[in-house]
Amino acid sequence: MSDGVLQEAMTWLNDPLNWTGSQGIGPLTLEHLQLSVSAVALGALVALPIGIWLGRRPSGGSLTVVASNASRAVPTLALLLIFATTGLGFGNRPTVIAAAIFAIPPILTNTVTGLRDVDPAARDAARGMGMSPARALALVELPLALPLIGAGLRTATVQVIATIPLAALVGGGGLGVIINNGFGVQRYGQVLAGGVIVAIVSLLAEVGLAGLQKALTPPPMRASARRAKSGA
Amino acid sequence: MRTADNPWLSWNYVQSNQSDILAALGQHVGLTLQAVAIALLIAFPLAVLAHSRPRLAGPILGFSGALYTIPSLALFAILYPILRDRRLTVLIGLVIYAMLVLVRNILVGLQGVDPAVTDAARGLGYGPSRLLLTVELPNALPSVIAGVRLATVSTVALVTIGVIVGYGGLGQLMFRGFRSLYHAEILTATLLTVGIALVADVALWGAGRLATPWVKAGGRG
Repeated sequence: MSDGVLQEAMTWLNDPLNWTGSQGIGPLTLEHLQLSVSAVALGALVALPIGIWLGRRPSGGSLTVVASNASRAVPTLALLLIFATTGLGFGNRPTVIAAAIFAIPPILTNTVTGLRDVDPAARDAARGMGMSPARALALVELPLALPLIGAGLRTATVQVIATIPLAALVGGGGLGVIINNGFGVQRYGQVLAGGVIVAIVSLLAEVGLAGLQKALTPPPMRASARRAKSGA
Repeated sequence: MRTADNPWLSWNYVQSNQSDILAALGQHVGLTLQAVAIALLIAFPLAVLAHSRPRLAGPILGFSGALYTIPSLALFAILYPILRDRRLTVLIGLVIYAMLVLVRNILVGLQGVDPAVTDAARGLGYGPSRLLLTVELPNALPSVIAGVRLATVSTVALVTIGVIVGYGGLGQLMFRGFRSLYHAEILTATLLTVGIALVADVALWGAGRLATPWVKAGGRG
């Protein structure tokens, strides 16, 4: 334990250039969030339609369990490095794609569970009122599944924000750059500062998204959203 | 796609880099085993404490949830400047993440024990520690084993992030392969990492089946 490193970290954080410069905390945070949004959007684009399709079939559940278990065994770094050495090029693109792939399981699982947990009585009532399957899905089943789908998106977003720092290892941007550059020049005060910044951004994202989800969920449906979170 | 002299799979690569591969494999497995073992030793008392004092359960779970949100890369970046030891940095980071998974699972297992069962044991005159050791823990075992499996599989994958401090087991080989654009090195290390995770998962599943013969077959994976 050395006070020196803490001192260096404080000095680094107190330098205005480290906040506003092109490799500063401000622009890098912005880039980090942009990359995260693209990755979640890309993951959702794949996971939501598949989840809706699987959620309405009887055997969809086990497939999503297999998918999410398998994704845990594959290191994100491996996928990222493989993408970066194939046609995708170095930097941000392979990172966004790798992060998007790991964003799929939580969105998929929650979409399937959300649709599956819709009260059969509500579904029957929709059918009884003469709704077509597509209309019942759009007007009854999806709105009822929305809290869980939202919880899945939130889990995926927090996870993606935690994954994007790896981009720095393959020449990309985002907040990982501060850490990676610090290790490169052995300035451990900068490394420490970078680690703390990434940790704070991740915690803020978690807290902020939890608040957003709570605000967006209509009060009568909050119970099911809470259940979703503890199940994830 | 690359030219033919940079294949993704190459036995030639494996043979000529045998010692590097074995060293990385050993480092990877060693870190995983040590991290999960230490995490279990810390998680057990914590979970038991949270279980016996429900008032502590909220703070313990909340704190571990917040800690779990910190990305591994950031955690290693915070630990290394303070510790200045590559192996210790990775090990402590892995222990923290594994511990959080284990505390949650052990606690869920303890809380899921049928109250009628614990009531019956209490009625038979079991004291708190005997109740815990002979009734609650065996009943919570399936959940504990599920937690150990989850923690082990995630730890195997997490070791690779240790490359940021230069101690990432097979991740070290992946990264070296990336730097020299050597496909076979990246994929061999990736397949070995996934292989370790699968072998560990199946082994723990088998051990779990042996330890809990009363649980019906077909438990969730």
